[in-house]
Formats: sequence, structure tokens, C-alpha cells
Amino acid sequence: MMTKKKGLAAIGVLIFATFPLWMKYVRPDDVRYWVDVINNVGLYAILALSLNVILGDAGMYNMGHAAFYAVGAYTGAILNTQLGVPILLALPVAGITAGIFSAIIARPVIHLRGDYLLIVTVGVGEILRIALINDVFGITGGPNGIFGIARPEFFGFKIKRPDHFFYLIWGFAALTLFLFNRLKQSRFGRALDYLREDAVAAEGSGINTDRYRLLAFLLGATWAGMTGSLFAAKMTIISPESFSFWESVVIFMIVILGGSGNMAGVILGTFIVIALPEVFRDFASARMLIFGLAMMVMMVFRTQGLLPPKPRKFNLPKLAEEGE
Amino acid sequence: MMALLDLNGVTKTFGGLTAVGDVSFTVEEGSVVGLIGPNGAGKTTVFNLITGNYVPNSGSILFEGRELSGMATNKIVSSGIARTFQTIRLFQKMSVVENVLAGCHCRMKSGIFSAMLRTPSQRREELAALELAMRELAFVGLAHQAENLAANLSYGNQRLLEIARALATGPKLIILDEPAGGMNPQETDQLVALIAKLKERGITVLLIEHDMSLVMRACEKLVVLEYGIKIAEGKPDAVKTDPRVIEAYLGTD
Repeated sequence: MMTKKKGLAAIGVLIFATFPLWMKYVRPDDVRYWVDVINNVGLYAILALSLNVILGDAGMYNMGHAAFYAVGAYTGAILNTQLGVPILLALPVAGITAGIFSAIIARPVIHLRGDYLLIVTVGVGEILRIALINDVFGITGGPNGIFGIARPEFFGFKIKRPDHFFYLIWGFAALTLFLFNRLKQSRFGRALDYLREDAVAAEGSGINTDRYRLLAFLLGATWAGMTGSLFAAKMTIISPESFSFWESVVIFMIVILGGSGNMAGVILGTFIVIALPEVFRDFASARMLIFGLAMMVMMVFRTQGLLPPKPRKFNLPKLAEEGE
Repeated sequence: MMALLDLNGVTKTFGGLTAVGDVSFTVEEGSVVGLIGPNGAGKTTVFNLITGNYVPNSGSILFEGRELSGMATNKIVSSGIARTFQTIRLFQKMSVVENVLAGCHCRMKSGIFSAMLRTPSQRREELAALELAMRELAFVGLAHQAENLAANLSYGNQRLLEIARALATGPKLIILDEPAGGMNPQETDQLVALIAKLKERGITVLLIEHDMSLVMRACEKLVVLEYGIKIAEGKPDAVKTDPRVIEAYLGTD
């Protein structure tokens, strides 16, 4: 039973991993376009997974996630264009910078309850975007942004075509899923769940809730920052427009729609929010209407999202055997 | 000998209301102490002051000689005081064993990186925590419910689960806020036995309870509060006959 499920999953992963190869035959004319759509889905999936740590796991309403994404993208772009650091090497630095930025922002507002925190994070996102437009630091290129970001290289192999990026982005997404899944099954993951369910009870059980709120922000922002660098590498040009309030809303929507706290749900949500509108491009103007309506119906009839998280399973029978 | 817990002149006001006024009492190591009084006497406020949920306006709360007031709740828990809540505060949507694991948290060390790398020490720690959680569940008699959701437990069992979660923090002092609330007489009998077992384990117990039969059977010492003021303290038999206590509970003509 279990092996059958695993086998199906393996086949699914294999079909997806060879997407750029078989799509050539399905849609020979616009294969590049479709691979690029899936690459975009990949970037949003990583972003949504990183927001899921903050919003889904720790239950903190962060509607300014694009700000951390922007800090990462700009850090990567500046390191690359000004100092000539290869973008993949700049990736961890961009992540850490975004993480530090988030910690500075989050530290004083971490106590705020849901909706108040949401307003603060919206404000932070807007402040950062306007600061970037006004070229406050003199290194962000103002409204034009930064261009001429070098393509990433992987041991001498230059990543430039959409199908190359497919493997870079989805490789990173797979790594993210792998690591975050391990976190979910750990003391850290449980602490975030306790915190979300009942912060008073969590604190009363000896969990340092302030520390974990901050750590959730730090981890989510670090990951968003690294994704920002990937985005900069893919686009070779970034500008403040790419990090508007709307981006934060889209990422927030993906997590809520997909099923906050469940990574499979977040991935499903990303495909629905990012890829589905592309599929229905023929309906042009009506698609946003249909999409908005679908969201409304969801929020009335299935508030927990498409795939809500299931309770954790522990290997208790095995434990009992060992005990006896 | 120094008392395990020593409250000295503790006062807490909310606006103009003095919830707790100049309350002093001690809890000796290894004893079972009951905090009783009519509704609204400030008993739960005293608990919240001990566990750091409130900060006293004045007075000191010493645990093993260390000042507690001003300390964060989670630090107080890791220093050895665990509690249960009057209104049950379990993680309802999680399994029973997962609730107990919350208590194990403060005795564990592994962080983000060791979890991502799943180091051998992290795996050992996880397994040890799971074993400890199962032991505490067995101690309160809920091991067979381990995989059930907390929300599906009966009211009495939810109270026991809160005790198991508190025990998993490895406390020296456990404070129970109305542990028999919602329990039937058989469950209350089992609770009295459980409190005796806690004492055997060397854990000191401080409890709030309205069920007088339980208090008289389980406690060695009682502290009586009325309107935030301590009106009596002593052995259960002596307190029971104290005219001020009778007056507080039954009123006078």
C-alpha cells in the first residue's frame, strides 16, 4: 500500500522533472514560454514555502513578504554588478542580508496581534519599495533598477536557457521542500505549531515564544532573500516594480488558498494561482473575474485551504517494541 | 531549611482593584499545598504571578532562593515550575503525545541546523523526547490515547493530559489550577492517587481546588484567600474549623 503510493509519487516526480524534454513535442512552437511559466511557478513556490513558515506554521500575518524578496534580489544584483561576485555565490549572502533585515523589522513588532502585524508589514513593504524607487542608498538604480546581472554559472556551465533555469529553480525548490520537511518534523517545527495554536499555553509549557516568532521571520526572510537572488539571475534585470504590494498579496494568497501549514497544499496553491491564469489566457479579461470569484467561494466554503495540514504521525508502535 | 517557594508581601492591582494584597506564604519542598477561597478571591492571580504571566506591583516571589518576578514565563518553566490551566489550554487539534512533547521542548537543545541536517544527536534527542512523553502519558494513565486528538478526550482526561504535559518539563514544583474541575467522583479519586504519586516522585504540588473533599484528602497545608487577602493558613483540620474561613465560605448573619 505504502510502496504503491511511493511508486506513484516517484512517477509523478519523474514526469515533472522531464517537463522541458517532453514539452518540446507537445508544444513545439512555444515550449520556451511554457517552461518559463513553470519556472515562475517554481520561484513563487519557494517564496510561498518561505512565507508558509511565518504565516502557515507560526501563524503571523506577514503581508510584506515581497520586501524580503526585494532585499535578497537587490543584494544579489549589487554584489554581482558592482563587485563581480558570481550570483550563485551571492545567494547565501543575499539570504542572510534579507534575514537580518527581517530581524530588525520584526523585533519591535513581534508582539503585535494578527491584524496589527499585517498592517505593519504592509507598511514595511511599501517603505522599501519607495526607498528603492528614490534610490535612497545610491546603489539601487532608482526606478530603472539594476540591469546587466550576469547569468549564473555552475562549475563552468552557463545557465541561460529556460530549461536550464528549470533545473536550477526546481532543484532549489526540491531542496527547500526537503529541508523544510525535516524542520517540520523537529523541535523547531513543533514549537511553531504550538505557538500558532495557543501562544499562552506554549509559553506556559516552557517554549520561548518571542524567540520562535523571531526565528520564523528570520528563516522565512532568509529563504525569500535567496529566492530573490535566483529571480535576479533569471531576469538579469530587476526594478522596484517587481516587488510591489501585489506580489506580497499573491504570495499570501497562495499560502491561504493552498492550505497554510501544509507544504503540499502550498505547492498546489502556487500552480493554481500562478499557472492556471496562463492556461486560461484565451479568456483574457474574464479570467481575473473567474479567479476572484473562485477565491470568494473558497473563503466561504473551505476556509482551511485546499489541502489543510494533517496531524503529525509518530512512530509509536516501534517505540513500544523497543521498550519491551 | 529554606522553602522551595516563598511568596513575601506580594501585591497585584488591576486599576483600582487589588486582586492580590500583601499575600505571603511558603511551600516546603516535597509537600502538597492547597490554595483555596471563594470565587474571585485571587487564587488564579497568585498562580499567574508565580508563573510570570503577571508581574507583581510589589513583594517578592522566591523559588529556590531566586527571584521570579520579572522573569519570562518560559524561563520560569525551565527553572522548574510547571502549571496546568483552569480553563483547559491544550493544543486541541494535535495528538495527545504531541501535546506532551510541548513540555519536553525546554529540556531539548537541537535547533534549525541540526534539524535540517538531521544529525545523530538530534535524532537521539527526538527519540528520547518521544520516550519521555510516552512515560509521562503512562504515568497519568493516558498512554493508550497517545495517537488520539486532544480534542477527542473527555474533560477529565484533558485535565490529566495537561498534567502530563507539565510533567514533561521536568518540574520540581507543579501547580494545578482546579485539576478536578469537570471530573466525576471516580476520576477525582484517581486524581487524589495521582497527586500522592507525584509526591512520591519528589515533586512538590501547589493546587487550587473547590472540591473540599479532594483538598482535605490530598493537601498537608492550606492557604485561604478572600478578596485577595490571606485569611488563614495551616493544616486542613485546623483551617476547616477556623471561624474566619467558615465566615468567608458561608457568610454571617
